[in-house]
Amino acid sequence: MRVELQVNGRTAEVDVEPRSTLLDCLRDTLGFTGAHAGCEHGVCGACTILVDGEPARSCLILAVQADGHRLTTIEGLSPGPGELSVLQDAFCETHGLQCGYCTPGMILAAHALLARNLEPTRADIVEAISGNLCRCTGYAQIVEAIALAAERLRSANLRSGEA
Amino acid sequence: MKPVAFDYVRPASVAEACGLLAADDGARVIAGGQTLIPLLAMRLARPTRLVDIARIPDLAFIREDTDGVTIGAVTRQCVAERDPVVAAKLPLLAKALPWVGHPPTRHRGTIGGSIANGDPAAEIALIAVTLGATITVQHVSGTSELSADAFYLGPMITALPEGAIVTRIRFPAWTKGRIGTGFQEVGARRSDFALVASAAQVALDATGGCTALTIGIGGAGDSPVRLDAIADALAGSRLDDAEVQEAVAAAVADLETVEDLHASAAYRKRVAATLARRAILEARDAAAGAPHAR
Repeated sequence: MRVELQVNGRTAEVDVEPRSTLLDCLRDTLGFTGAHAGCEHGVCGACTILVDGEPARSCLILAVQADGHRLTTIEGLSPGPGELSVLQDAFCETHGLQCGYCTPGMILAAHALLARNLEPTRADIVEAISGNLCRCTGYAQIVEAIALAAERLRSANLRSGEA
Repeated sequence: MKPVAFDYVRPASVAEACGLLAADDGARVIAGGQTLIPLLAMRLARPTRLVDIARIPDLAFIREDTDGVTIGAVTRQCVAERDPVVAAKLPLLAKALPWVGHPPTRHRGTIGGSIANGDPAAEIALIAVTLGATITVQHVSGTSELSADAFYLGPMITALPEGAIVTRIRFPAWTKGRIGTGFQEVGARRSDFALVASAAQVALDATGGCTALTIGIGGAGDSPVRLDAIADALAGSRLDDAEVQEAVAAAVADLETVEDLHASAAYRKRVAATLARRAILEARDAAAGAPHAR
């Protein structure tokens, strides 16, 4: 079945089997391997991407269901070649990642939070990443990273969602 | 973790979807897919064809009438969660929605999907039973309406006829008195399945007397249940702590609870009594501070 996917601002027309998950299509057909395949049945959150700006699990969406939707993967967050977003930078700075497997999902979930709320409470941050498992259990630094990014974005001259 | 091969169709109308389901016993409905896709991944579900109703335009709406709010089946949970009409008219549903899964699943999962799935621990089904919602289903030969009480027959077993689609759910909205709501849940973690959940809605008159009360329990047994015995026992009372505790204890004594690897039946019964009491008291205190409904 032919579907049109808009990934990170570019339109890709792909021919997929109906049973192919969006995760497999992004990774295997389109090469966006930043969407990580963890549990592949909706438990771990490693495959989290943004669908129309909202976090969703790409393993719980069939590629055919994503037809026409606006998708963002971790590859789409960088402001330019070799650069990191404010949030990505904050993850590095606070040691918000250890093995890195959960990191793309964590960052996209947090990105969606900061796009609509630049003054998140700790509870808001925890809720936003509640669907993402980190098996290195580095949650404290992840929460710290998101809070730091929020603080920087608040004082930066950027519109919400721009970073 | 790869599903079996199947066909995929995206019908333009409910009638067309019903026709597709009637023509093929192996066909299944998909909307948000947040429960079905894991079942596909584990090959516990092996449909021949998926009928995607998520884009049927007349299934996504939230509409209020004089004493109720009707929600179209494919309305996403996150949309209902942020909806001002739901917040104003169905405060109990609004309070429960943040407990449904977590943000990424609520962005895709639908209200009707959760209703039709019939998970005993599902918060939306609990609210439907607690408020006495009406579920409208459509099949090739027409539409029918089922009360939420009659809809849930057992774990993942509903009265939804073969080949039928849940099209909308109407939740009654209370319009008289000072209204308060309570929602309590115990699970391993916030976003996990409820071991037990309890939802209560209370209306008080100007002097603090209880004019209406409804209380439901989910996750404890095979299906969510409304405990009308508690409402009967407390009708007209002032909902004093001791009165509430006594009424809850009497009703929960007869509650059938289930055992699984997460919790024993006795534990669920004990937690059900505690959460039901807390939910009613939370609703009472909220109502005491609430303005009169317009």
